[in-house]
Amino acid sequence: MNDIRTIALIAGVLLLLLLVTAVGQFLKRHPDRGIDAAAVRTFNLRIRGWWILCSVLAAAFWLGSTATVTLFGLVSFWALREFITLTPTRKGDHRSLFWVFFLFTPLHYVLVGMNRYDIYSVFLPVYATLFVLARSAVAGDYKRFLERTAKIQAGLVVCVYCLSFAPALLELPIDTAAAGGRDANFRLLFFLILLVQFADCMQYVWSRVLGQRLVAAAVSSNRTWEGLLGGATSTALLAAVLWWAAPPYQPWQAAVAGLVVAVMGFAGGMTMSAIKRDRGVKDYGTLVAGHGGVLDRIDSICFAAPVFYHMTVLVTGG
Amino acid sequence: MLAPADLSPPPLTQPVSRTPLCRLTGLGLAGLARLLAGASVRWIASQPDTCQRVYFANHTSHLDALLIWASLPRLVREVTRPVAAKDYWSGGPVRQWLAQEVFDAILIDRTDIKVHQSPVDLMLREAGTTFSLIVFPEGSRSVTGEVGEFKSGLYYLAKKRPDIELIPVHIDNLNRVLPRGEFLPVPLLSCISFGPPLWLERDEAKLDFLARARRAVLSLKE
Repeated sequence: MNDIRTIALIAGVLLLLLLVTAVGQFLKRHPDRGIDAAAVRTFNLRIRGWWILCSVLAAAFWLGSTATVTLFGLVSFWALREFITLTPTRKGDHRSLFWVFFLFTPLHYVLVGMNRYDIYSVFLPVYATLFVLARSAVAGDYKRFLERTAKIQAGLVVCVYCLSFAPALLELPIDTAAAGGRDANFRLLFFLILLVQFADCMQYVWSRVLGQRLVAAAVSSNRTWEGLLGGATSTALLAAVLWWAAPPYQPWQAAVAGLVVAVMGFAGGMTMSAIKRDRGVKDYGTLVAGHGGVLDRIDSICFAAPVFYHMTVLVTGG
Repeated sequence: MLAPADLSPPPLTQPVSRTPLCRLTGLGLAGLARLLAGASVRWIASQPDTCQRVYFANHTSHLDALLIWASLPRLVREVTRPVAAKDYWSGGPVRQWLAQEVFDAILIDRTDIKVHQSPVDLMLREAGTTFSLIVFPEGSRSVTGEVGEFKSGLYYLAKKRPDIELIPVHIDNLNRVLPRGEFLPVPLLSCISFGPPLWLERDEAKLDFLARARRAVLSLKE
């Protein structure tokens, strides 16, 4: 924490959190302002979630990159658990799943921690996929074979592979002299998380204010084209304003990154909604009653992380 | 006609004192099972209590008894004994030690049921006036995940000890964590639901009661 930009970012986020907390508490104490009480409750819950998210991230950042990679690994593990729990597999998949959980997922994160992009970029999508196909075939159950193995693969890719690109940002070789040491990588990761959260939030706000045309009524009853456009534009603006926090980015590049991150976050939310609708549930898991599951919280970031990672590589000129 | 269960002389009514190692193993295994099976515990129109009860559940996995036991609050756990099959739990010194010393299980001989030593009498004698029991009325683990027909033991338990509360328990998804015939677990999320107590009604026929008990378990599935 020796960089003025890191201090500015932390101060800014803290100030923003305190501000929205104050607004939330004010609305809670004055229920006569004509604002729907349920909306205020949701708003306050969201704010509490942000405090928790920021504290956990701060602790992980402070402990270093190994701790951060481990944290994301645990989140992946839990999300995959929720994903497979909701996915009907058969007994023939049992041993494939055992190796998926206890070998492939941890080993992938070890490779991410070692920054072996050459191996981990194909490890899950190719080798784990081949293994799952072969192992389930050897188990001798051919019923709905392709469907079952495809589901396991989708879970691995979304929950583990995609999410791991977020902590992988910590190992990106960016021009450290100009960017201010290892702080720069942590700022990059935080920049991504901030944009995703902001995009989610703005999409909701724009949908509430202007929302007219639903994108897909059967999949999600609150995601509108207006929300998507408004959310993406707002996120692009925020990213452009905060360009100084994300080391290799120029303002216009940051704006493009913000736009893309918002669109990818939207795609992630829609995808998970479709899966949930198909399985007939409202949210994943029951970690904390009434708070949805881990997967509900990370769907946007899962989709945005790989794209943001590769954009950063492009911008760095790697 | 059924003779009432022989309760005299009153058997040992204090929880057996276990060595620290056994307690620690029990705690550790309970914690591990809950972590691995991602178990969420729900009490539906029901509360945990140390009064004498029979918890009856659908049987899907080797982890069932351990997980029900682990889902109970510590005080309730200390007066709750699982009922398990002797043929499995006496196989090897580790299993025997776990069953007898750690979980204080009541082992039932499935292969050699004698007239004078019926499993129900044995359970009631071991339960005394203190202990609650965990039983699986299907008798063995279901292969398909469906809840099978209940065997009559639960009926005779209820008939001989009408004062004991019968608590239905539904175990969801544990058959995917550790299915029959597998020994390596997959850490999915499971759910243990405890329902409201039921008793044997006056003049209720055996089959009616067993069907009602089975429905009570199934109704917890939602």
